[in-house]
Amino acid sequence: MNIQVDLQESNNVLKGHISGEIDAHTAPVLREKLEAYQNIESLNADLDLSDVNYMDSTGLGVFVAFYKSVNSKGGHLKLSGLSARLKRLFDITGLGDIMDIESAEKGGN
Amino acid sequence: MRPFDYVEMRVPAKSQYVGVARLTISGLASRIGFTYDDIEDLKIASSEAVTNAVQHAYSDDEDGEVVIGCALYGDKIEIMVADHGQSFNFEETKAKVGPYHDQVEGDFLREGGLGLYLIETLMDEVKVHHQEGVTVFMTKYVGGEQVEEDVETISS
Repeated sequence: MNIQVDLQESNNVLKGHISGEIDAHTAPVLREKLEAYQNIESLNADLDLSDVNYMDSTGLGVFVAFYKSVNSKGGHLKLSGLSARLKRLFDITGLGDIMDIESAEKGGN
Repeated sequence: MRPFDYVEMRVPAKSQYVGVARLTISGLASRIGFTYDDIEDLKIASSEAVTNAVQHAYSDDEDGEVVIGCALYGDKIEIMVADHGQSFNFEETKAKVGPYHDQVEGDFLREGGLGLYLIETLMDEVKVHHQEGVTVFMTKYVGGEQVEEDVETISS
């Protein structure tokens, strides 16, 4: 039960790759790492979640908080590479309509 | 002989045990034939309940414990999660839990937030009991919510 968070920022562009499980135990690690970038003006953030194999509401909470901070500074957050399971989690909570998320599988229904 | 197998876990109220409980429940669910998607739903729902219980129990007592009881039937799993470290008489506690009401569970909802919403969405039945702490009781049926017995299956 582990998480790995790799974040790289230059010229207001943040590229991130997160892998592992996001739950009550690992979410604080992710939150802390993201908070280092939340006050940058007009941040363009793209977080790749294709290797996240488990996530629950604690993970959603971290992404919602980061989304709000980035938005309030005129930036944009995109979550990409979502598995069907992760996509479903965003959709049933209604967050899929609000946030910019992209599934790993292109096309289809 | 009782109609179900019963498995109980007692874990310290620490977040690192949420994943342990989740994996154990995943293993139990796969024994009664839940699909991959149903097991993933069960993992999220049980993590949400255990996470809530860990936070409640820990705020009361740093040495607190969480008890997770699982009853395995042929066609369903019942999971009970309590934030007070007492083992429960499963049938007795089950009889006491009532349906979940938005207004009554205001506190739990505020703290649980999205978590309780996910439990309700991903499980077939959810009940919450307030007495000596909070107990969440949830059920999931193999192959989805039970339907009337005489309803015919529509095959494509």
